Parts: sequence; structure tokens; C-alpha cells
Amino acid sequence: MNLGSFTRHLGLAVVAVFVVAACGNTGGGGAASCSAAKTAKSAADCGGMDALVKAAQAEGKLNVIALPRDWANYGAILDGFHAKYGIAITSDNPDGSSQQEVDAIKQLGSTSRGPDVVDVGMAVALANTNLFAPYKVATWGDVLDSQKEPTGLWIQDYGGFMSIGYDSSKVPEIKSIDDLFGSQFKGKVALNGNPKQANAALNGVMMANLAEGGSLDDVSKGVDFFKRLKVAGNFSKTQATTATVKNGTTPVVFDWDYLSAGHGKDVPTWKVFVPSNAILGGYYAQAVSKDAPHPAAARLWEEYLYSDEGQNLWLKGLARPVRQKAMTDKGTVDSVAAGKLPPVNGTPQFMSDAQSTAAKNYVVAHWDAAIA
Amino acid sequence: MTVAGSPAVTTNVGRPFLGGRRFSLDWVGAVPYLAYVGLFLILPSVIIGIGALLDANNAFTLDNFRNLSRSYVVKATIDTTVLSAITAFLGAVFGALLAYAIVTGSPNGILRRLTISASGVLAQFGGVTLAFAFIASIGPAGFVYLFAQAHGFDFYKQDLWLFEIPGLDLVYLYFQIPLMVLVFLPALDGIKPQWREAAESLGGNTWHYWRHVAGPLLFPAFLGSVLLLFANAFSAYATANALINQGQPVLAQQIAGALSSEVGAYEPGFAKAIAIEMIIIVTLVTVLYTLLQRRTARWL
Repeated sequence: MNLGSFTRHLGLAVVAVFVVAACGNTGGGGAASCSAAKTAKSAADCGGMDALVKAAQAEGKLNVIALPRDWANYGAILDGFHAKYGIAITSDNPDGSSQQEVDAIKQLGSTSRGPDVVDVGMAVALANTNLFAPYKVATWGDVLDSQKEPTGLWIQDYGGFMSIGYDSSKVPEIKSIDDLFGSQFKGKVALNGNPKQANAALNGVMMANLAEGGSLDDVSKGVDFFKRLKVAGNFSKTQATTATVKNGTTPVVFDWDYLSAGHGKDVPTWKVFVPSNAILGGYYAQAVSKDAPHPAAARLWEEYLYSDEGQNLWLKGLARPVRQKAMTDKGTVDSVAAGKLPPVNGTPQFMSDAQSTAAKNYVVAHWDAAIA
Repeated sequence: MTVAGSPAVTTNVGRPFLGGRRFSLDWVGAVPYLAYVGLFLILPSVIIGIGALLDANNAFTLDNFRNLSRSYVVKATIDTTVLSAITAFLGAVFGALLAYAIVTGSPNGILRRLTISASGVLAQFGGVTLAFAFIASIGPAGFVYLFAQAHGFDFYKQDLWLFEIPGLDLVYLYFQIPLMVLVFLPALDGIKPQWREAAESLGGNTWHYWRHVAGPLLFPAFLGSVLLLFANAFSAYATANALINQGQPVLAQQIAGALSSEVGAYEPGFAKAIAIEMIIIVTLVTVLYTLLQRRTARWL
């Protein structure tokens, strides 16, 4: 405990030295001071974007965690940030999970190895807001209210929509979710996981629910959909994996569109369909650690991710950046990269924490009996 | 005269100590075994048993056991027990026949050595690899199925039964039969050909030999093997999970479902209650086995 608080204070002291150095670098500007990088809630609090850049460069380092270079194009994003600002990035535990990211904040805190920023699943983001510092990027206004915490503790970054992926050489084209009851889909429709356990599968059931006229508050029509699909003999009880998609055991799969689109590498005839009446979003979220050892660099990283440049890099990795709609309206989106994603027309919906819990409870109680 | 009486009393008390068995140190030899069983069998069972009686706030509750009456757990209990019994029985019968076929052959023959090594490998061949081997061969996109379908034999016409309980029956037999061969072979090897010759020289026919000599000798070993196969199937998890992900027909899957969940369906106490249920079922089967064994010993 004492040692912990000692290291924390030491960390603060180190940061303070950096911050002083940063302010020294800004010269006689006076107003452009970033002594408050640790508590800055926006670039303006830091004296504007230029001051933030200078403060971050004075820190010279950024610690990120659990960012695989081949996931959502993070390799190019890390390189792009480094090339643009000359800040060295330490990328720890690239294949780690969301839980390991927040555990690292808890254990390493403000030590020089502590993560500055995290990219986590929503369940983890909502459960750990006490570890985050509020920060609003310059493009904050482009993000829907349902996709961010009002004070800026977390903000969704990229993700996608629940979709039905299918091998067009094995089954007819899917235009509506009710097409799945056709005789050519016998034993071919699978979920990516068990909805009692896997988030993607639970969202698959919710998507079917919305497509069948249900609401986010009541998932019963989704469970009923799969019950009828099972009775029709079309629902396969095995789990869809890359292997089962590749060998054709599961030619129709409910999964996130950006993951499903990846099956195209193995199965060239793979198509992805998002029903226009059931656009269910699932996004990851960014958050800045409140103990970030490099608070200015952490905030600059966020600004970079939510700039047009950062957002387009995600898009190239088949992930849908959160500002995609705003950028499409402004014409700044990378239209070639956007064209590779399955088309989506309509208004996206997002499950709230309470709705997700209600759906989970209903599914746990009714799923096994429904598809038995 | 109280002083005079005391030596007599002392002698009486001391006598069993001196002459009886209480000083025996025979039990010391069992200490490592008892410690092992205590550490790896009793202690975990007790920990699970206590955990099953606690709720999320570590307060005492019986809800976890009440929840065992949830329809999907009752169904999984029945399905798992029936599945284990069927594959144990069929595995034992076919495994015993196979083992007998080997025993009647040459003791150092290539067939015997091949079957034993293959059984040694296949008895341990389970989990995701085994499940996928079946999916890739007789699954709905497997080459065997596609070949059969092309030749007018569509064995999934009614139902995609590979991903239902019958599929588990089939796949489980793939490791149950080899395991039976391994555990039953020593018993068969113990049967001496001379006994058969003796039975024949006394005028007995094949039926007499099996009914009065080989049968009674082998039956306890056979029953014990069935029990082992039952427990083997009853505790299998990975194979079932890789084959049937939806509906969690196997009790071990229900435990996993209650223990780990991305979506927050986390009920550790309930998972432990299911584990206790499994322990009780295996215990019941073991008791049944013991009674049956005692009965058959008398009856035969």
C-alpha cells in the first residue's frame, strides 16, 4: 500500500517534470500552458491542439496495450502516429483481452509501464469507468450520444453491425431474415457461439428479434425465431468457426459484419447481409487511463484516432469507425475502403447495459428449451 | 484400601494397549494414499460443496440446489446419464468382443500389437480434434456424407443428427471402445486355455464353460469396466462442446455455462451445485455397481 502510493507519487513527480519541460518548450507563449495534461478534458484545456502536440512530444512516449497489428489495421495506425508526431510507442501484450487491459491499469497504474490508453469491449468499459479520465476529442460532436459517456470517460471507436454471412455458392441470396426458413438452408444456419455465453451470439439473437419486429427491451421474438428455425430443421447446433466456415459445415453464420467479411479470404463466394430493419451495432470503446504515465501523449493519441486520418485507417481494416457517417456526409471518408464493407441502410440501434442484461436473463432461462 | 486397588485398575486399562492392535502401525503405509485422496478428491469436493451453499454475497443459501430443478438442467441430467449409459454399454460390449478376438489370436501377433497401440492412441483421442475429425468426414459438408449423398444415401435427410445426442453417442464410442479394449484385455489374458480343456474333458460344452467358468471370472471385471466407461463419458466436456454448442446437452457444459460468460450470466454457486449433482450421480452408480458385484459373486 505504502509502496504503491509511493510509486504513484513518484510517477506524478516524473510526469510533473515532463510537464514542466513541456511548458519550457512552448516558450514564452504564456497562455499555451499544458500543466494540466493529466486533468485536461479536451485539447482546449491544454491550450489548444499545438500545445497538446508539444506536451506530448516532450513526454516522448506512449504506452498502448492489447493492440494486435493485424486487428482493425492497428499496425498502420501505430506506425502512422509515430511517423506523424515522432513519439515512441510501447505496445504491450498485443494479443491481450479487454479484461487484461484494465487489470494492467490497476496493477501498473502510473508507473512508466502503465497503459496510457485502452481499447476495450463495452462490458469492460462500463464496469471500469472509475479507472478512466474524462476526455473529449475535437470531433466529439460527430459521435452519437448513445455511443459515448456524456463526460467523456469512454467513447466508442470502431465496430460493426450484426450480420448474416453466407456462402453464395451453397445457398440462395439472402434478402430477408425469413429467407432462412427455405428448404435450401436445411441444417446450414449457425451462430458464432452460445448466446448464454458469447456476446456475438447474444447479439445475433437480438438482431433476429429486431428483424422479427421485436424491441431492444424484449428478446423473446429472437428466441422464438431460432426455435422455429430449429423446428424447420435449418438451425445447426454446432459452433461456427473459421474452420467450419472454410470446410462448408456452417455456410450461413450470424456474426459481426467486420468479422464475417474476413471469411472472404477462405471462401471467395462469401457474402455478408445486414437486414435494413435490424441494424444492431456492436462497438469497442476508447478510454484514457486516469493514471496515464504520459497524459498528453494519451490525449494526442485519442485526437489522432478520431481524426479523419485515424478513422480511415480503421476503415481499411474492415472495421467501421464511429465517425463514418459524419465523414461520409462531409466527403472525407475513404470511399474505396468503405466500399469493401457490406452495405447498410437504416438507423443503427445499440443495446444499453440494462437491455443487454434483460436479454441475457431471458436467453439464459429459455434458450436451451427453445432449440432442444 | 484404595491404594491397593489402583494397580489392578491400571493393569486392566493398560492391557489392551499392550496386547491389542491399537499400537499397530500398519496404517502408516496408507498415509500417502489417504493424503493424496484427501488433497485431490475430498478437499475439492468439500470446497465445491461449501461453494454450492453460498450465494453471490457469500451468504448461506439453498437456491443453487433449488435451481437444479430448472427444466434445462433436468433435461441435461437425463440426457447425460442416458448418453453415458448407452455409450458405456455399447462400448463395453464391442470393446470386449474386440478384445476377445485379439486374445484368441497369436499373443505376439501383428494384429494384437496393432490393435493395442491403436487403442492406446484412440482411447485418448477426444476433444476438439475428434469432433472436427467427424465434422470433416461425416459432417454436412464432409467428404463421406457428400459421397453418400451423391450416391442416393442422404443420411441427414430427416435431421442433422450429428449435432444432436445421437451424434454424441457415435463420437463417444470412438474413444469408449478402445478404452474398453485396454482395460478388459488383462482380465481376458488371465483366462487360461487349460481351464477350457479341463471343462471339456469333464464333459462340458461351450455354454457350460462360459456359464460356469469364464463368465463368473470375467463378469466383475466387465462390470468394473462398464463403470469406468460410464464415468469417462459422464465427465467428457470438450468433445461434446465442439460438436454441440447450442443447448448444452451435457452437464459439464452447463457448469461451463454458469462459470464463464461474456454476457454476464455468471452463477458460480449454481455451477458448483451442478458439480455436486454430478458427484452424487457417479457415487450412486458406484454404489449400484458394488451391490451388483456382491450379488453376482453370490449368484454365480
